[in-house]
Order: sequence, then structure tokens, then C-alpha cells
Amino acid sequence: MALQDKYQAITNAALQAGISDLQVREQSGVLYIDGTAPSGAVKDQLWDIYGQIDPNFTGGDLILDVKVAANANVTRARVTTDSSNLNIRKGPGTDQPIVGKAAKDEVITVVSQGNPQWWLVRTADGEEGYAYATYLTTEA
Amino acid sequence: MKMIRLIPAMALGLMIFFTGCAPKDADIRSEIEKKLKANPATAAAAVTVIEGVATLSGELADENAKAEAAKLITGIKGVKSVVNNVTLTPPPPVFIPPVITADDPLMQSVKDATKDYPGVKAEVKDGVITLTGDITKASLPKLMMTLNGLNARKIDNKLTIK
Repeated sequence: MALQDKYQAITNAALQAGISDLQVREQSGVLYIDGTAPSGAVKDQLWDIYGQIDPNFTGGDLILDVKVAANANVTRARVTTDSSNLNIRKGPGTDQPIVGKAAKDEVITVVSQGNPQWWLVRTADGEEGYAYATYLTTEA
Repeated sequence: MKMIRLIPAMALGLMIFFTGCAPKDADIRSEIEKKLKANPATAAAAVTVIEGVATLSGELADENAKAEAAKLITGIKGVKSVVNNVTLTPPPPVFIPPVITADDPLMQSVKDATKDYPGVKAEVKDGVITLTGDITKASLPKLMMTLNGLNARKIDNKLTIK
């Protein structure tokens, strides 16, 4: 129960934000908080709270697995890399051959968010493949 | 004289007459309570009686217990109707153990996630991701968000913040 108390602020915020499939459970000294956030902003909010409780994420006692609901209406995403181009690959994995590239701040088409880490995308040039979702920010 | 002596007897007779026809609410209530308490399934229910209308409240385990409570009351003298406001105890949350990715696919996913952080070394063993090396403070949350989505058992973060 101690871990649930430690991270209570995250759970409370998750409930308030309307994470409907929220699951909170403890196993072998690690607390697992899973759920689907209605928006990226809600996910960021929960991570902000986590950052306040454990600023460098060194506790090793929480897995905060909040996914952002795949929105069928979202078909566009902006490339939000630090500076470099985003690789577009034949399959979902860095071991897959690169079939194209998208520049930072380029807006591309999201074909499928079926895989949470690797989204199927298409560039304006018609190159289609998998890009790492961390570097994509969906646009309304 | 004779009449005066009769008055208490008449009063008693009237009392018996009225209680016989329509039991008092309080009496009905205590009889219902006795019946409810006698059954472990319905013991947690409470009852109020107002002018013969019995209202059940409280929290019982399931629909069967709720129906049973109402059934116990029917047939009690003086009860005109029953309002069943018993609520049901919500079922306890089902414990779903966290899903843990096997080491090989997890290692592949960790490789994908850490590829763009040249200072970060990652190892995977028994579902535990161990991070060593260094990272900038600004990049840390982004990397941690990604790693937290890979269904690891635990993330052991030993990174030095640059």
C-alpha cells in the first residue's frame, strides 16, 4: 500500500482526467499504473506529477504506462525530432531498412496507430512506412 | 359507580381492538428487523415503516439477497407495501497482473527507444531494463515515457544527468 500512497497524486489526477480503463496494482515492489488517456495533454500532466514525486525517475518502483487514445479522426502528425530527419522504415523496428525520411516540422499522414511505438505513416512524396511515435505529435 | 369501573376495561378493550386491526409502525419495524437479522444474507439491511409502508435500505451482496429481504417482509401483518431501496455491494476490482514482455522483443524495443541517445546504455534481464551512462535532463522524460510503454517489469534508472 505504501507505493500506492507514494503515487496517489498520479492516480487521483488520472481518475479526474477520465482515464476509464485505469488499472493500479502493485507486484513485487513495483506499482503499475496503466490506462488510456483521452489526450496527449493528460498524459503529459500525469508525467509532470511523476516528475514532481521522483524528479529523475530513479525510484525503480513505478511503471507508468499511459497510452494516448488512438483517434480515428487524427490523420496528420508533425515531426517533432530535436533537429534531425525522422526515418521511415519498411517495418516496425530500427533493424528494418529505411524507406524514406521526413524533415523536422514536416506534417505527414498517419495511416495507422495500431502499434503504439511504430505508427504507419505516409509522407507528402508518397513514401509509406513505419516511424517512431515518440517523434510524432498528432495534429487536430 | 359501575360505569366508572368499566372505563379502564373498555379502554383496554379498545387498545386491543386497534392494535389487533392495525399494528403500530414501530412494532412492524421491529418484527421486520427480527426477520432480516435472522438471515445472514439480509442482516445488513435496514428498514423504516411509515403508515404501513416498509422501506428497505442498506447495502446487500447481490440481487438474490435484495429479493430475499423483500420476500421476508411480505406476509407480515400491517405492511401495506414495500419500497426496496437496497443497494448492491460493488464487486471487488479484479486483479489483472501486469503484462511483461519477454526479454528478446523487449530488448529490441529498448534498442529502438534508446537509439537516438548515444550516451545511454541499456540492458534487459528478466523483464528489468537497466539504464546506465548519461543523458540530458531535457531528454530524460521523453526516454522514460517511451520505456514505460514497453511493458517492462521494472526500470532501473542509473543514468547520470548531464
